[in-house]
Amino acid sequence: MTVFDRHMNALSQTHSQGVVMTQAYLEIRDLVKSYDGKQQAVRGISLDIRKGEFVSFLGPSGSGKTTTLMMVAGFEMPTSGSILLGGREIAPVPAHKRNIGMVFQNYALFPHMTALENVGFPLRMRKTPAAEIARRAAEALDMVGLAAFGGRHPREMSGGQQQRVALARALVFGPDVLLLDEPLGALDKNLREQMQVEIKRIHRELGITTIYVTHDQSEAMTMSDRIAVFSQGVVEQFAPPLDIYQRPTTRFVGSFIGDSNFLDVTRQNDGLVAQGIGALNIAAPSQAGKFHGLVRPEAIGLWTGGDEQGHCVLSFLIEGLVHYGDSVLLIGSAAGLNLRARLPSVQASHLHEGDTIRIAWRENDMHLIPVQ
Amino acid sequence: MTTLRNERALLWLLLLPVVGFLAVFFLVPLSQVLYFSVMDPGFTLKHYTAFITDGFYWKVLFGTFQTAAFVTVLALLMAYPLAYMVVRLGGAFATTILLIVTMSFWTSFLVRTFAWMVILGNNGPLRAAMEMLGIVPAPQLLFTRFSSTLAMVHLLIPFMVLALYSVMKKIDPNLTRAARSLGASPFDAFRRIFLPLSAPGIVNGCTLVFIMCLGFYVTPVLLGSPREQMIAGLIGQQIEEFLEFGEASATSVILLAVTLTVFALYNRFVGLDKLWG
Ligand SMILES: Nc1ncnc2c1ncn2[C@@H]1O[C@H](COP(=O)(O)OP(=O)(O)O)[C@@H](O)[C@H]1O
Ligand SMILES: [Mg+2]
Repeated sequence: MTVFDRHMNALSQTHSQGVVMTQAYLEIRDLVKSYDGKQQAVRGISLDIRKGEFVSFLGPSGSGKTTTLMMVAGFEMPTSGSILLGGREIAPVPAHKRNIGMVFQNYALFPHMTALENVGFPLRMRKTPAAEIARRAAEALDMVGLAAFGGRHPREMSGGQQQRVALARALVFGPDVLLLDEPLGALDKNLREQMQVEIKRIHRELGITTIYVTHDQSEAMTMSDRIAVFSQGVVEQFAPPLDIYQRPTTRFVGSFIGDSNFLDVTRQNDGLVAQGIGALNIAAPSQAGKFHGLVRPEAIGLWTGGDEQGHCVLSFLIEGLVHYGDSVLLIGSAAGLNLRARLPSVQASHLHEGDTIRIAWRENDMHLIPVQ
Repeated sequence: MTTLRNERALLWLLLLPVVGFLAVFFLVPLSQVLYFSVMDPGFTLKHYTAFITDGFYWKVLFGTFQTAAFVTVLALLMAYPLAYMVVRLGGAFATTILLIVTMSFWTSFLVRTFAWMVILGNNGPLRAAMEMLGIVPAPQLLFTRFSSTLAMVHLLIPFMVLALYSVMKKIDPNLTRAARSLGASPFDAFRRIFLPLSAPGIVNGCTLVFIMCLGFYVTPVLLGSPREQMIAGLIGQQIEEFLEFGEASATSVILLAVTLTVFALYNRFVGLDKLWG
């Protein structure tokens, strides 16, 4: 059986049981970690990750992503809380018995071993017979397209190749979970996109439960089934990429992912009033009296006249333009608010700094986030 | 083009003081030693033939090698765990230990050797303690091979620690983590990953300590057994007691040749440029 077959078997078993797919496979419960006993690097995180799911941990540097990963991998002891894998508590299980594959940002390949020896290492630790080690390690290298590079040492390989070897090494023993900590952070943009595709392909083929740490939002958006957005040691939102983008539940999530405009919205009588704009004709969510009204810059367009019903129409003073080739970001002010609008380049060719134009967005395109 | 040449000329100029210093205070005396070793008073090779044919000299040379090897191994066994703790634990612990190690460089070998004379002396605290514990009569400690070996290990451990530390601190801690995640027990991760990667430090430290031991003078002379001299002590004795300048010079040349051979072996298999990390 190849690595691939083994995983496919495991996967089809899960599929045939049907319900298992929706059940949590890796459960993180109220996880807290404090390194020094005073400050908490992780402040109570709970996540249910399904079998075969590709989950990204996305957040700024220092938000606790690595710390959480290290606790799952078994390199750090949680201060409190629990981690369950397939329903079993793994806190008492030492790192080398967890059967979790990990890929580090700096690859962490063993410099004194060849690529093949690196990939064979986990099998050697499992007392696999030598002939089988050789065969399976070669297969795993083949899976990442490095069949011909087995005899090379890490220093004789490019960054991208090293990362592939690290990936093969973390998968060759058929781990239950794959953890990747900013695996592409050190690669240049083209190589990074190539590796993203590669990692997704392998994930699809093996169906392995994967946690992918990144601070790159587009990476998280394009690769993940669900994204956990980290901020200051807590998960602000855990949802599919499109939900995260369109319906952020906190202001932080709204501003961290994508470009954003926030307006203060308050409940008055039974309607909603936006600062600088006035009454809104949208249904008020039940909770709270104050909201952050999120309008994405690309939801704002030029107003060419017509029925203003259901639209917010404003006059906008352009204070700066940023050309992206396919689009133009307009930075300026309207109704006493600083606003950013993104237009397709073809619509913006006649615009200049200092112009005043009419802009508009559909009221329904404003997403309301209750103020906590 | 010219500026480049001028720059190079300037670099050579910067080397002038040290080259001059070494020429006057190192090469000249060394040539003198070489000269004495074959001129006593006319040209003769008798000092070399005497060394080669006399079993006594061979015994001293062999004993010196033996002691040096023994001291090197002991220093390695003690320094390795210390250096390992320093890199693994880091923080205040590492700083403290490294400070203590470095501080020992500020106290001269001679002072520390005298300290051992006091501790190990016949009326010293160690023997008194032994006698209090009922070991009567306490064994002779000073002027034995034990005392000189002990003191040499103590004096040379800092060199070993620093040689090991400089290599170990460059080993990525994620490597042992990676090994653990791949199924290696803590011991396996150490044996298969950390230990082989720290090997250059072991080789460096051992070469350094071994070579320093070969030429050690003060400590074996002051603490060691007079019957089991090391070669540097023998040279001193040939000069001070027997005024045998020719013989002493020949012995020195042989010691130098032996030391250079060790260096050459090291250079052949490791590379001298790696000696200081
Ligand atoms: N080994 C450690 N010792 C002490 N503090 C740490 C350690 N590792 C991380 N931290 C702290 O914990 C917080 C979260 O760090 P980390 O989990 O590395 O964040 P991220 O991976 O999201 O950048 C940071 O404030 C960081 O300084
Ligand atoms: Mg991190």
